[in-house]
Amino acid sequence: MHLSRARSHTWRKIKSALASGIAFVSAVLVITPLGLVFFHLVINGASSLNWDFFTKLPAPVGAVGGGMVNAIVGSLELLALAGIIGIPIGVLGGVYLAEYGSARLNSVLRFLADVLNGVPSITWGVVVYGLVVLRFKSFSAYAGGLALGLIMIPLILRTTEEVVLLVPNGYREAALALGVSRWKTIVHIVMKTASKGIITGILLALARIGGETAPLLFTAFGNHFWNHSLSQPIAALPLQIFTYAISPYDDWHRQAWAGALVLVTGIFCVNVIVRILTRGRTASVV
Amino acid sequence: METPERTVMERMEQGTAPPPDAEIPAAHTFEVKNLSIWYGEKRAIDNVTMDVASNAVTAIIGPSGCGKSTFLRALNRMHELTPKTRMDGTVLLHGDDLYSKTIDPAIVRRRVGMIFQKSNPFPTMTIGENVVIGLRLNGVRNQRFLNERLEKSLRMAALWDEVKDDLHKPGTSLSGGQQQRLCIARALAVEPEVVLMDEPCSALDPIATAKIEELIHELKAKYTIVTVTHNMQQAGRISDYTAFMYLGRLIEFGPTTKIFTNPTEKQTEDYITGRFG
Repeated sequence: MHLSRARSHTWRKIKSALASGIAFVSAVLVITPLGLVFFHLVINGASSLNWDFFTKLPAPVGAVGGGMVNAIVGSLELLALAGIIGIPIGVLGGVYLAEYGSARLNSVLRFLADVLNGVPSITWGVVVYGLVVLRFKSFSAYAGGLALGLIMIPLILRTTEEVVLLVPNGYREAALALGVSRWKTIVHIVMKTASKGIITGILLALARIGGETAPLLFTAFGNHFWNHSLSQPIAALPLQIFTYAISPYDDWHRQAWAGALVLVTGIFCVNVIVRILTRGRTASVV
Repeated sequence: METPERTVMERMEQGTAPPPDAEIPAAHTFEVKNLSIWYGEKRAIDNVTMDVASNAVTAIIGPSGCGKSTFLRALNRMHELTPKTRMDGTVLLHGDDLYSKTIDPAIVRRRVGMIFQKSNPFPTMTIGENVVIGLRLNGVRNQRFLNERLEKSLRMAALWDEVKDDLHKPGTSLSGGQQQRLCIARALAVEPEVVLMDEPCSALDPIATAKIEELIHELKAKYTIVTVTHNMQQAGRISDYTAFMYLGRLIEFGPTTKIFTNPTEKQTEDYITGRFG
């Protein structure tokens, strides 16, 4: 009797250890790819990262050296264009879902936004190709920015809605009871209270589209030179990486690695900023 | 829109002579006639008629769910924030129909301020910003005027001496009782005619409660106050008139001394003596 209880106790200990062991291994497996990716990028790309990479245009085929400055700047331009389209529509749409509208309409809109979030990104490229590129008979930065912006909208919309809903009702009532109009209450009290969360959503959406390649393939198209007009094709870091990686030249391969390292580091930095922004958020705001 | 420069004193001259403890008040701030309110199909307020005396404290008591909060919120149309509400009857504020089709609820709420059960200073703002935000968002830009009103409101809320050196600190850094007085200062800053209080002390400790009660006593010189309370002793201490509500109906309404010592209705007596509720 006594002995068997002791045995079952030991068995329970073993089971517990086993379970936490499996959980630990799973956690390691989750992080491993990130470590591997970063490790590989540093091994293969760091050697090609130099001043030229950030300041020079791509070298002509066959010539060694050159850089990706046009792609880095192009990516930033595309992000800016996408933001101009995606941020206002996403934020205002999210606020609408959280503050206005009928329950039934909102659940339909929410469902549609979730569907849009699941649409493969290349689809957006095709849509914008049909809508913009074919009509104006040119690949352009505008088209690329539009494709990326469309991807941003449902992402930002959903995160904005969630953080706005987290603002306690007491603040809305307090403002309304001061005789403040509904829209001023929403802009100055609700959105201000939720601003960290909204900005976090925007940054995460930018980080997400910053690495998108597929929607740019037949919208922004890529460019080996400076883009002098937003109605012309424009280079983007992911596109340049794609082009260089499938090329037959070793030097381009090295540059693709370097580009990927820059891209991942950039996205990593955005995520760090998000972490800093959201630190202590639960305590005071949202 | 009314000009912010209009003072409480001016408004008092237009209106009222305070009648402390008088049987029949000389002036009414609110005249509520046959007020009924529905939430969907549920009738929360059932045909309530009641006049609220000016420059006095009126307490509304009753068991949970009796409609006292709804009644209070109907006095500045805050109950309309709940979807699917419907009302019938009239509420006059100094003779103006609060539910007239042409009147904007925001204007009503500028005249009838409200303090909530849970203190709710805006977390993104400093103490000072919290006080003047109502004026700011209603379009007041004059910084000198805002500063004057800031000090005046905090003094009226008996908070100035405690926070005058910390106006730049977050409003949420204050203690619970101070936060509630900050909310009172915020409500007073827009110079309402009436202050509604929805169980303003129920989340506070006895010392903070005593301070708020004292404040209420001082404020009635300038404002009409309607407060909802669960605490019968509190109603006895702070109010001049008491209304007892039960199941959405107004059972009895009169001077507090009469309600507590010699109620007419059996239900009132039962509730006050703690036999139910």
